[in-house]
Amino acid sequence: MSILVIAEHDNAGLKAATLNAVTAAAEIGARLGTDIHVLVAGADCGTVAEHATRIRGVTRVKVADAAHYGDQTAENLAALIVAVVDSSAGGYTHILAAATSNGKNTLPRVAALLDVAQISEIIAVVDVDTFVRPIYAGSALATVKSADAVKVITLRSTSFDAASQGGNAAIEAIPVGPDLGQAKLIGREMTRSARPELAAAKVIVAGGRGLASGENYHKLLEPLADKLGAALGASRAAVDAGFAPNDYQVGQTGKIVAPALYIAIGISGAIQHLAGMKDSRVIVAINKDPDAPIFQVADYGLVADLFQAVPELLAGL
Amino acid sequence: MKILVPVKRVVDYNIRVRVKADGSGVDLANVKMSMNPFDEIAVEEAMRLKEAGVATEVIAVSCGVVACQETLRTAMAIGADRSVLVETDIELQPLAVAKLLAAVAKKEAPQLIILGKQAIDDDANQTGQMLAALLGWPQATFASKVAIGDGKATVTREVDGGLETLEISLPAVVTTDLRLNEPRYATLPNIMKAKKKPMEIVKPAELGVDVAPRLTTVSVAEPPRRSAGIKVANVAALIDKLRNEARVIA
Repeated sequence: MSILVIAEHDNAGLKAATLNAVTAAAEIGARLGTDIHVLVAGADCGTVAEHATRIRGVTRVKVADAAHYGDQTAENLAALIVAVVDSSAGGYTHILAAATSNGKNTLPRVAALLDVAQISEIIAVVDVDTFVRPIYAGSALATVKSADAVKVITLRSTSFDAASQGGNAAIEAIPVGPDLGQAKLIGREMTRSARPELAAAKVIVAGGRGLASGENYHKLLEPLADKLGAALGASRAAVDAGFAPNDYQVGQTGKIVAPALYIAIGISGAIQHLAGMKDSRVIVAINKDPDAPIFQVADYGLVADLFQAVPELLAGL
Repeated sequence: MKILVPVKRVVDYNIRVRVKADGSGVDLANVKMSMNPFDEIAVEEAMRLKEAGVATEVIAVSCGVVACQETLRTAMAIGADRSVLVETDIELQPLAVAKLLAAVAKKEAPQLIILGKQAIDDDANQTGQMLAALLGWPQATFASKVAIGDGKATVTREVDGGLETLEISLPAVVTTDLRLNEPRYATLPNIMKAKKKPMEIVKPAELGVDVAPRLTTVSVAEPPRRSAGIKVANVAALIDKLRNEARVIA
């Protein structure tokens, strides 16, 4: 029996979230004494597979290389994962993927096809069948136990360390499944930025409704982010108002982040926002309302007009 | 074409839930319940497709306790034509709900099922994808824009890094993200009208679905609290703290 980790990648490179998934798999695998396999499904994804062989703890990298896996559409991918599980001689006890938009899109489909529950966005492994996951926007932590033969799990990347390099896994090309032809990617509009990826950034500068306009958001936060080598984030209110693109949203339904430093500027701190950033190591809040809930989680709170404080901060760094 | 809109009754968005002292769950006694906000967006989108002449009938469906009737009445007050309640007192998990919805879908034969991407109680984000899998239909999750064409749907999705647009064949399942639309408020006349709209009540056994939970909740706990921080007097003090106490900046 083995554990299967689904690689998160863009056909050119492996995404860091895969490394967190391998660590979660290793925590389960250590209890069972089982191997960890990584599935790389993509188009011309040889480089990704090569990266995956070097993750410490991985013994085998299964590669399904075909044009119809290139866009990671859930229909083709889920069918492939189920075929891999069914055809594996030793069988799989667990299937894990990071709770990225791809992982969240595909894994429930896999679980339903296998007729098992999915355990979403776990933050800790208690035992081989028991896991901790946040519910109610992180207002409570539920410990749940699965009775299913195969556990299908997505995990919160920020709750597991990245697996280190130094592995030497074998690559196995596996048969590709058919193109179901149910979904076709016809457009992609990615936010281009030279800044670090939000989910993996060490420092995040996030803005909220207090910035009052998209122009202010960019004018005030971008220089600060550049100075700190930070990623930019936003509250839901700021995204809804069009100050920042959707993939900047931090919170219950956006991205979950845990950087070393999170600077919340003009963000009041609704519980849905706190759910996405309260595991940051150091939280700074700048807000003119001394009663804003963000101050209850901030290590350093500055009650000030952000239009004065942010330029001053930039100048002082 | 028919659109099926599954809706879930959840603790209201504005309520801050409390964990029960015995760690068995969260305290739901006397707590205000509402329709899951993402499902409201789904009902709104279905109504817009009906108003645009794309859909002919919108059917709301909910799975759960008797009180889910209120949620269905809300959906009908927004505009759904009729509704189906799959009534049970058993705790329903996403796989069971997906199976119940698949059974209803087989009976109703909709071309489109629109539902919220996740419920704000269990935050599972599973039901739509599972439903699509059980029906063998394509899916477009986390939708911020939906257009229905000739036998297909074009859906813009909110994904890590930006937006992507999928073309999927119908019938299909679409799950809604926050920015798909802004749901309307139900007007008083429409709330009155909704009381007279038909609601069918069925039991899981009549649909031939086993809803037994697969996951057991061992315990529910409060998350660790952050220790209260300090307020700094000015920007200079903030920089000093970040540099010399927290040591997070150079």
